[in-house]
Amino acid sequence: MTSAEFLQQLINGLSLGAFYALIALGYTMVYGVLRFINFAHGDVFMIGAFCGYYLSPRLLPHFTGWMTPLGPIAVLVLTMLICALLGMAIEKIAYRPLRSRPKLTVLITAIGVSLFLEYGGQFVFGADPKSFPELMPDRALEGTGPLTITTTQLAAFIVTIFLLVALTFIVKRTRLGMAMRALSNNATAAALMGVNIDTVVSFTFGLGSALAGAGGILFALSYPSIDPLMGLLPGIKAFVAAVLGGIGNIPGAAVGGIVLGVVETFVGGSAFSTYRDAIAFALLIIILLFRPTGIFGRAQIEKV
Amino acid sequence: MKYRHIKKWILLAGIVLSAVASHFSGAINSYYLQIVIFIGINITLAVSLNLINGYTGQFSLGHAGFMAIGAYVSAYLSTEHSTAFFKAFGTNFFSIALLFIGVLIAGGLVASVAGLIVGVPSLRLKGDYLAIVTLGFGEIIRVLIQNTDAVGGPRGYSGIASYTTLFWTYSVAAITIYVVVSLVDSTYGRGFLTVRDDEVAAEAVGINTTRYKVTAFVLGAFFAGVAGGLYAHSTTYINPSGFDFQRSIEIVIMVILGGMGSTAGVTFAAILLTLLLEYLRFVSGYEWLPEIVRRIAQNRVIIYSLVLIALMLLRPQGLFGRLPRRGIPVGGMAASRRTKLPAASA
Repeated sequence: MTSAEFLQQLINGLSLGAFYALIALGYTMVYGVLRFINFAHGDVFMIGAFCGYYLSPRLLPHFTGWMTPLGPIAVLVLTMLICALLGMAIEKIAYRPLRSRPKLTVLITAIGVSLFLEYGGQFVFGADPKSFPELMPDRALEGTGPLTITTTQLAAFIVTIFLLVALTFIVKRTRLGMAMRALSNNATAAALMGVNIDTVVSFTFGLGSALAGAGGILFALSYPSIDPLMGLLPGIKAFVAAVLGGIGNIPGAAVGGIVLGVVETFVGGSAFSTYRDAIAFALLIIILLFRPTGIFGRAQIEKV
Repeated sequence: MKYRHIKKWILLAGIVLSAVASHFSGAINSYYLQIVIFIGINITLAVSLNLINGYTGQFSLGHAGFMAIGAYVSAYLSTEHSTAFFKAFGTNFFSIALLFIGVLIAGGLVASVAGLIVGVPSLRLKGDYLAIVTLGFGEIIRVLIQNTDAVGGPRGYSGIASYTTLFWTYSVAAITIYVVVSLVDSTYGRGFLTVRDDEVAAEAVGINTTRYKVTAFVLGAFFAGVAGGLYAHSTTYINPSGFDFQRSIEIVIMVILGGMGSTAGVTFAAILLTLLLEYLRFVSGYEWLPEIVRRIAQNRVIIYSLVLIALMLLRPQGLFGRLPRRGIPVGGMAASRRTKLPAASA
């Protein structure tokens, strides 16, 4: 492999990793406050892509002339809003009534919600893949030498970095963000200090789902064939990314996503390309065996 | 104990009845026969998963992977090596029976080795983590089979002899039920329940929780492998995508619907769900029903998902969750004690 090929694969890996990172953040935040894995998260990502599919033809024609670049942004923002509402609705209907029950009950419900979104999606949208509309002209940037960087890759990078910065700001600098951190540190103590647990959990789900929705749109821009089951595999891989970075740790999820994206792209470009989908699982098993807390996680002691 | 003898009689009655039924199976419509055989295979799968998920409390989402191993190993052996076998022993009723038992057990053994490999990480993981790792193992097994050209890879494996009869299916189901129930009811088997109910307490009183978890996985995987062998020799064609995540979920739903840790309930749920899903095929053909009902009936997974959510919200212990073991809710007393405050676990 020449150094140019290596760099090219690295760039492709980084852009794939950016999607994983966006989805992984939702897993990590929900795990942080509720200590459970929201299985349905990958399907919110799918709903995001479908929102983009149905919104673009209705929104884009209204943005003409100098407003043209605002069109895709409007689609993105509206999609994030819809996904946030969906995430909050799922939490309220399916998870909140079970909050004091054993964790297994919630896990099974989450699997149920995930299946419902996937196959309900198949029912509503149809099972056949749909081609995602072009939100922006997709062409290779000039002046990058032997490397190919497309405009969609660049846009995905910029949006991902912007969202990461915004998320960091929300978590570190706002009252709700502080409440989230308090809840993830010690839920009982946070409740006693007057943190409204329901509001914070709902907000966390909204935030995570909005990021997943954005991830869905960016993913569909790069891989423009979308179908109702598309969320399953990226969802599970993003979960692996979250565990890789240390579940419950926000920067960890971003780093984990990027690492996974790069590793997967390199394997996909090697002789073992047919094993590509098994890589994430193999990686997960290795991490859980040798460093279950992930790269940035801290070990927790079980108290009785 | 009178109860123990009853179990043996039930086992014997099950085998005799399945032999009798098998004798008259020629008179049954082949479509119904296929469904009845699927019911028996599903009972074996559900009861064996119940040992892992229900009695030992290790939530596994990879049962279809074990089933796939059993199906492929036994199908490969019976297809590729039967000629040499029949040359040595002649082709008659007993040599076929011997071959079939042999390949089923071989499939089960290889699956149980996989169960051992999955069981080892389970020692360190709990709850949702374990669920995802087992799911991952199931997918890895599927990807490996897809990349194995000797068994057809993604094209599937065809030309498997049709050996599975009512007798084999229901004898295996009866043996599975007998082994699981006897094991859990024995003094040794109480360990499975303690691991589920309170692992810390179990360890504190000197129970080797590691060994119980691995035993559950190995034994559960063995029976899943045998069920896979029965399945392969019943459909005569198998395909890696037939053993995907959705198949695992199907078995999990049987266990949850019947009630985790209730063999009777799980058996009942396996029968009920298999029949229900077959019936839905007819529903989707009824012209007088509104279009939307027929389309939902076609998409069985929507119904699975609604059943799962509704069960968890309304009756998390399943239909029969309380009947055989009184008093202890799903997840154990420890779980309900520790989570009184909202999300107060750490």
